Amino acid sequence: MKEESQSPVLRALFYLLVLAVLVFNLFPFFWAVLSSFRPSNDLFSTNLIPTSFTLVHFEHAFADPRFTGSLINSLIVAGVTVLIALAFGSICAYALGRLPFRFKAPVLYLVLVMTMFPQISVLSGLFVLLKNTGLFNSRQGLVLTYMIFTMPFTIWVMTQYFRSLPRELEEAAYVDGASPLTVFWKILLPLTTPGLISTGLLAFIAAWNEFLFALTYTVTDDMKTVPVVINSFSGTSGFETPWGPIMAASMVVTVPLVILVMIFQYRIVAGLTAGAVKG
Amino acid sequence: MAKEIDLQMRQRRLAWFLVTPAVVIVIMIIGFPLIQVVVDSFLHKKADGSVPPTFAGLGNYQFILTDPDFWQALGVTLIFTVTSVILESVLGLVVALIANSDFKGRGVLRVAILIPWAIPTVVSSKIWQWMFNDIYGVANIVLANLHIIPNKIAWLATPATALPVIIAVDVWKTTPFMSLLLLAGLQLIPGDLYEAASIDGANKVKQFFSLTLPLLLPTLLVALIFRTLDALRVFDIFYVMVGNQPGLETVATYAQQQLVAYLDAGIGSATSMVILIIIMIFVIVYTRFSKTSFE
Repeated sequence: MKEESQSPVLRALFYLLVLAVLVFNLFPFFWAVLSSFRPSNDLFSTNLIPTSFTLVHFEHAFADPRFTGSLINSLIVAGVTVLIALAFGSICAYALGRLPFRFKAPVLYLVLVMTMFPQISVLSGLFVLLKNTGLFNSRQGLVLTYMIFTMPFTIWVMTQYFRSLPRELEEAAYVDGASPLTVFWKILLPLTTPGLISTGLLAFIAAWNEFLFALTYTVTDDMKTVPVVINSFSGTSGFETPWGPIMAASMVVTVPLVILVMIFQYRIVAGLTAGAVKG
Repeated sequence: MAKEIDLQMRQRRLAWFLVTPAVVIVIMIIGFPLIQVVVDSFLHKKADGSVPPTFAGLGNYQFILTDPDFWQALGVTLIFTVTSVILESVLGLVVALIANSDFKGRGVLRVAILIPWAIPTVVSSKIWQWMFNDIYGVANIVLANLHIIPNKIAWLATPATALPVIIAVDVWKTTPFMSLLLLAGLQLIPGDLYEAASIDGANKVKQFFSLTLPLLLPTLLVALIFRTLDALRVFDIFYVMVGNQPGLETVATYAQQQLVAYLDAGIGSATSMVILIIIMIFVIVYTRFSKTSFE
């Protein structure tokens, strides 16, 4: 599809289409950013450039201890989830991608099925599990349940990474008498660092954004995560929906993700497509 | 030789040692709860344990399958799934084709399409809820100023206008995923195939239908499976934008409602089982379809 071969009309249409895609993709985000900086009495205006800027909505959001508390909860839950999923997931992936053992194919197949497993179908079962183990309404409980979608995903994507490394790398080490564990730790793991970063980032985003489990398995304000608190934001008056602070809080939790995604664009795309296209 | 066999033994032992922790975690959080759900679906059981559980037989399933609310939720879920998956596939393909062609600003486009995907679903739902707010929403103001609508519309108040908005949010949020998968698929198609087709005199449209589309079909099918399974269990968007509004429940919000609001673990579990069965039917249909089309 070389553009020189196209007529000017077609080319103009093409760029119009590109523009349409850009506007559709960016406008809602752009509008939310604007709304978060607009004074309340200016919120109903549809001027693309606001007449005045204010930080009052951000002050409101950060003055609410539920919001600041939920930021910390989300950071802890998503962070610990990623660390555990990467630690156990990547050693499992090394075995699946590199070592010979019986039942490898069924285990891999099971992992793939698990990546698509619907969380809603174990909602009540996990509820019982958390109640019985005393982990209901706790950060540890959320981390445990988040393994459902992070662990199989990590194992699957990392297995693809380990498989893609050339055989010769470890053969030389084995000839020198290295143990399989040394080969993993000293040779293969450093080479999969890009994979670990993109998988970890995707798992972090998934855990940071998770809503159903956080909503169902936490009751007290001090255990809630960011999505749950943003959903129940009611501001100081309690009667009117405080759109300004909601948009401000939304941007606080979204902008870092957007920046991360822009920085790690290529790795994220590689991680996202690794499972689906090759599988 | 002996050394090689020894190495294989050590590799096998290590493999089991490395696989076990992950497998144990997965069995604990998927296996046990799933068994619990199957058992509970045959019991009259309260989630808070206030009443001792009794055997219900198929009572819970009978309750769901005769509950008009459940059928309405299933209808909403299916309309949502079919509409959003079709729209996402078509738009995703268009965006993927654009992103795969040579033009200035391709890099900007590729970053821009990732932004909606990175935004948490709760946040995107809130943003769209705000844009479609009945009084202050930008949608109403713009449409009213352009005289497209005579009066401001309370978009999210009735299913007829709320469902299209909800589908739009989902399409906005997940088209990037679709385009990325399809773009990766497009890049696997060798360029010389197009050159050969051009030499043979096939125009762009013909190239698309006789070359691009058939070669992209495997990727498209995988993407369709992923998206359909995701859409069938949709929860966040509906819950945030319309709560448990009558006529706007999905099977997932229905199940969560049974468990959390009515504390009915029996009916909640039975609903979960029904959702799992529906999803499995879709998987079987898709895999059948993909097998017959490739053999």
